[in-house]
Amino acid sequence: MSGTHAMDESTLRERMALAVADSRLRSSLHDATSTLADRKREAYGQIENPERLRTAARWAKSQILSRLPEVLDRLATNLEMAGATVHWATDDAEARRVVTGIAAQHGVRKVVKSKSMLSEEIGLNAALEQTGIEVTETDLGEWIIQIAGEAPSHIIVPAVHKDRIQVRDALQTVADVKLSDAPEELAAFARATLRRRFLEADMGISGVNFGVAETGTLVLVTNEGNGRMSTTVPPVHVALLGMERVVESWDQLDIMLALLTRAATGQAITTYVSAITGPRRRESHGPDEVHVVVVDNGRTEILGTEFTEMLACVRCGACLNACPVYAVTGGHAYGWVYPGPMGAVLTPLLARSEAAGEIPNASSLCGACWEACPVGIPLQDMLLSLRRRHAENSSNAERLGWAAWAHVWAHPASYRASLRASSIGSKLIDPGRIPGLPRRWAEGREVPDVAPKSFRRMWKERGQ
Amino acid sequence: MQAKPSVTLFPTCLVDAVAPETGLATARVLEERGFRIEVPEDSTCCGQPAWNAGHAGAAAKVARTTLRALADTAGAIVVPSGSCATMMRVFWPELFEIEGSRSEQLLAADVAPRVEELSAFLSVEREQRRRTPADATATVYHRSCHMLRELGIVDAPEKVLAQVATDLRHSEATGKCCGFGGMFSVKLPEVSTSMADEVLDAVAATGATRVVGCDVSCLMHMESRARRRDMDLVFAHLAEVLDQDGRA
Repeated sequence: MSGTHAMDESTLRERMALAVADSRLRSSLHDATSTLADRKREAYGQIENPERLRTAARWAKSQILSRLPEVLDRLATNLEMAGATVHWATDDAEARRVVTGIAAQHGVRKVVKSKSMLSEEIGLNAALEQTGIEVTETDLGEWIIQIAGEAPSHIIVPAVHKDRIQVRDALQTVADVKLSDAPEELAAFARATLRRRFLEADMGISGVNFGVAETGTLVLVTNEGNGRMSTTVPPVHVALLGMERVVESWDQLDIMLALLTRAATGQAITTYVSAITGPRRRESHGPDEVHVVVVDNGRTEILGTEFTEMLACVRCGACLNACPVYAVTGGHAYGWVYPGPMGAVLTPLLARSEAAGEIPNASSLCGACWEACPVGIPLQDMLLSLRRRHAENSSNAERLGWAAWAHVWAHPASYRASLRASSIGSKLIDPGRIPGLPRRWAEGREVPDVAPKSFRRMWKERGQ
Repeated sequence: MQAKPSVTLFPTCLVDAVAPETGLATARVLEERGFRIEVPEDSTCCGQPAWNAGHAGAAAKVARTTLRALADTAGAIVVPSGSCATMMRVFWPELFEIEGSRSEQLLAADVAPRVEELSAFLSVEREQRRRTPADATATVYHRSCHMLRELGIVDAPEKVLAQVATDLRHSEATGKCCGFGGMFSVKLPEVSTSMADEVLDAVAATGATRVVGCDVSCLMHMESRARRRDMDLVFAHLAEVLDQDGRA
């Protein structure tokens, strides 16, 4: 992991409290997440048996993951057969070195990028800029936040937290003419500016939605055409592939694609689905060189553990849109690259930071993520499991608190006594003034009264 | 004369401490349907708060007391709380797998499948009585998360509720978490109350004046927030609505 992230500088509670207090953010998030979730529901309504498709995808992915090294070998062999160069990066630093190395070799000064969360994960833009290269994000949302100097707050809709006034304000800082907040005008401005950047670029960088092993093909799923421009116009194309983002066959791709686009944006298919098999052939258009950087960065350590299935994630963002926590906080408050439920699982697994251990607390364990996940990853079970792992290292106060509670409530007599005591206690002191957890409750809520008589006492008195 | 069938009522700690009336209403509703009720004296709590916070050891220590008390019973164990029923039915086997002895694992395997959430139990277990719905309060039923997604209880509570209530309204936030989540509500209190607001605002938008649910914890959380906001909403457990109708 490169640079510092928000999670190293503040607590989860501090970040999330700030986010929910921002009413403008809340309103943008509410609209965007509910619209995306509605679209997904509609799109799923149009397929015959979504549950069967989900099971098929889950099965396919588990097959792939059970022999991932073999599948990756086959992919690499076929990529090279098609004329691409394959690089292996064990961690983020190596991935950055590989890409900056390719850029140096070709004397690259300008780079255009198609949206890639993996490039955020490895901190690629900063590394390229440090060597004097000008980097332009070409996904509109991603470009907006690049200009604003921010990180994506959603893995599919990176600028989801901005309303159109804020978008106009961001774009205005790079425009010579005065922009209105009409979406058409802003899009036209972006289109004209970005087109020049595509034509000037020495290198294009993209992510990869799926690597298809049987033919050595890179599949990109986009809506704006910027993916195709980034991978075909510049003379060099560098593709970043997370090592788990592979399928063996086009049959498997068919299943995964059908789910991905519907789960992500509610589309039966996106405007562009690009399948790239090697650099250009002699007479055709396209880049002279295609480099594929297969990035591990902690994924091998997940493989074979109880979190293996997390590597089936297709990065659709459906769990973000379904999550009631994400809907009020947005992505930045999570503090690292991946937000929402998938991020709350991935962060402690991938980010090398102590602070990552508390991110799985950003969930009420309601299970809406699991319900929304197109490949059925039991996200809430994983969050709970990560909490258990973190609890082993949790503060003494928290562990002692639970031990004391367990000691009292493990015995029926002391349990009953504790209910009587809290009933009396709540009449003597206002629980809302007790520092710590009671006050945290009482800051936004009334404290429920402890009944003068417990149910068990009333039941006993009632007789049978 | 045939003896009345007997069921075990596990009241849950929260009913015991803050909502005893819900417990009594549950008992009356079951009795009215012909059951004899046993309440195991030595049960305490299912261990859910510690389990959800990641403290499996503490959860097991408390849960095994309740497990042993319930292991002495036979037949259905009715629980007026979806999340506690989930803890016992779904998570106890896992909890005792992680933290329990072999004998506790066997006890859990016996007890867990006997645990029934109240509304699900009422919807399948007895012939429904024919009665004319008479409760006209504008009501939103709150689907609580664990019950909905872990136990897969979707329509049962609303079907049971519709036997007595005439004005059931659909909230846009149906199926959304109220933000309680046990320790979550105090670890991230600002997020928790914001989530409650999303649910409460959607309820208010329907014009309903009452929220009915099957989880005392969710109801308590929403009520605590609604009272702070001075909202004109009452919160009632399904058992209380059924009970009032029965006595009317």
